[in-house]
Amino acid sequence: MSTADSHIASHHTIDVPYLARLARLEISAEEAELFGGQLERILDHVEQMNKLDISGIEPTAHAITVFDVIREDKVGESLSKTVILENAPHHANGLFVVPKVLE
Amino acid sequence: MSSFTPFQSIAATRRLLRSKELSPVELIRELESRIASIDPKIGAYVGRDLEGALKEAESADVSKPLGGIPIGIKDAITVAGQPCQSASKILQGFTAPYDSTAVARLRAAGAIPFGRMNMDEFAMGSSTENSAFHTTQNPWDLNRIPGGSSGGSAAAVASGTALATLGSDTGGSIRQPAALCGCVGLKPTYGRVSRYGLIAFASSLDQIGPLTSTVEDSGLMMNALGGYDPHDSTSLELPDEDFTAEIGRDLKGLRIGIPKEYFVDGMEPGVRNAVDESVKQLVSLGAEPVEISLPHTEYAVAVYYIIATAEASANLARFDGVRYGRRSPEAKDLLSLYEKSRAEGFGREVKRRIILGTYVLSSGYYDAYYLRAQKVRTLIRRDFDQAFTKVDAIVSPTSPETAFRLGEKTDDPLKMYLADIFTIAANLAGICGLSLPCGFSQRDGVNLPVGLQLLGRPFGESRLLRIGHAYEKSTSWHQQHPSLTL
Repeated sequence: MSTADSHIASHHTIDVPYLARLARLEISAEEAELFGGQLERILDHVEQMNKLDISGIEPTAHAITVFDVIREDKVGESLSKTVILENAPHHANGLFVVPKVLE
Repeated sequence: MSSFTPFQSIAATRRLLRSKELSPVELIRELESRIASIDPKIGAYVGRDLEGALKEAESADVSKPLGGIPIGIKDAITVAGQPCQSASKILQGFTAPYDSTAVARLRAAGAIPFGRMNMDEFAMGSSTENSAFHTTQNPWDLNRIPGGSSGGSAAAVASGTALATLGSDTGGSIRQPAALCGCVGLKPTYGRVSRYGLIAFASSLDQIGPLTSTVEDSGLMMNALGGYDPHDSTSLELPDEDFTAEIGRDLKGLRIGIPKEYFVDGMEPGVRNAVDESVKQLVSLGAEPVEISLPHTEYAVAVYYIIATAEASANLARFDGVRYGRRSPEAKDLLSLYEKSRAEGFGREVKRRIILGTYVLSSGYYDAYYLRAQKVRTLIRRDFDQAFTKVDAIVSPTSPETAFRLGEKTDDPLKMYLADIFTIAANLAGICGLSLPCGFSQRDGVNLPVGLQLLGRPFGESRLLRIGHAYEKSTSWHQQHPSLTL
């Protein structure tokens, strides 16, 4: 694991096909090459964040902080199964159908 | 006799409806005929349900705040029973099963959702060129982009084919197209308007807001849109507010901040000019100018493109060809169903951002990119906290340039991203921002609208609308409209 003061590497080698697999996204060899170059340029720009001293700075996840949002534990109305399944590309017997997962 | 005229404000149209000079049905019919004659050149709309809207118009209650007023809805915001695609192929065939809260609130105020507006796919872009439907043309010059991502929403208001529209703003997607098309766009404070039913791009930055032809209309829309929603855990419980309450008051005693980092070299000269003149105008109306500093401005684009892509890569994981949207017919197993459906369904910019977002969140890079960006986000937020101890609002250009040519930046994503430099920080800090017309700049021999951005402290929308309205009333920029005779 890297540490809080880890800096962005100055030479970026982005393994686009690997990242695409992680993101479950099929990409062509042409796209991999195009994105690789473009993303390296974007990361070069991002590198300027290294100039800042961020020690002791708390990260911001949400700008307007709200805490412990809970609603009353009460049964409300929700969408029916029929309505939900209407948008499914393939469904049967009230279930989403996908290609076989286990042999 | 009916008397709908294009470019008419909500406020003026409402008077006609209430005095029965115009019926809601006539209004929809006349708007439709205007859309049919103008929109083929502009391409602001991606669809509309005329019959449904007419049916709603028949029973519209014009005594309600927005009674009988048709509102165009960005394609990322759900309207029950209507298609909703976020301008993506991956949502082909999707019909929204419920109203977004924003639309439900508009309906409760009597408004009629009419038309779906073009946008960049999943709101990723600054030009609306990333739409899976078609491009949208800037009404002032059809060879130019309308801005984005809410380009259809802005182009429709600016071409008089919509009275008002909804957009969403993650890094400037309401304000920048409003500026480039010459209309009024408001990004509310994060948490002010429910995001329920807004197809998520970057959840910590996204906010729905109105695009209108006047500042007052923006307040009328906010009166309907703002409010707590139990369906969105980030929406805030605040006392009810009349967003038009300060409108009409003068600017005496108000301090406006001029951030030195926003007035640097490299800006289009006509934009610089128009904004300088606007500052003078605000001062002549009684506002006191104060030079301020937002020292971390230069990092905003970097921070944004880490945080927004990280959040997007997670949000867009739901589009997998299983439960809704498009499924690849080529899939042989479950993995290829995911990979191929996403490959066929997403456009290039979306793929690029998913890959960048996956990278910055991946093991070994998380601290260096995502965590660091969140810390710099804190610094950017503090800049604004500090500034707002000294001033009531911050003035800047909305965009460093006017509308660029279609295709001009499509090959260079970084160049496209850097065009968002003045709008992005507001989303990172969660504050509200208003863009309104403030003049024209001549670019390549064409006069193009310039937008003035006013940034306000959290929940300071009413103050921004007061300043914006005073400025608008003292100038005539908002009364100038494109000739559309091309």
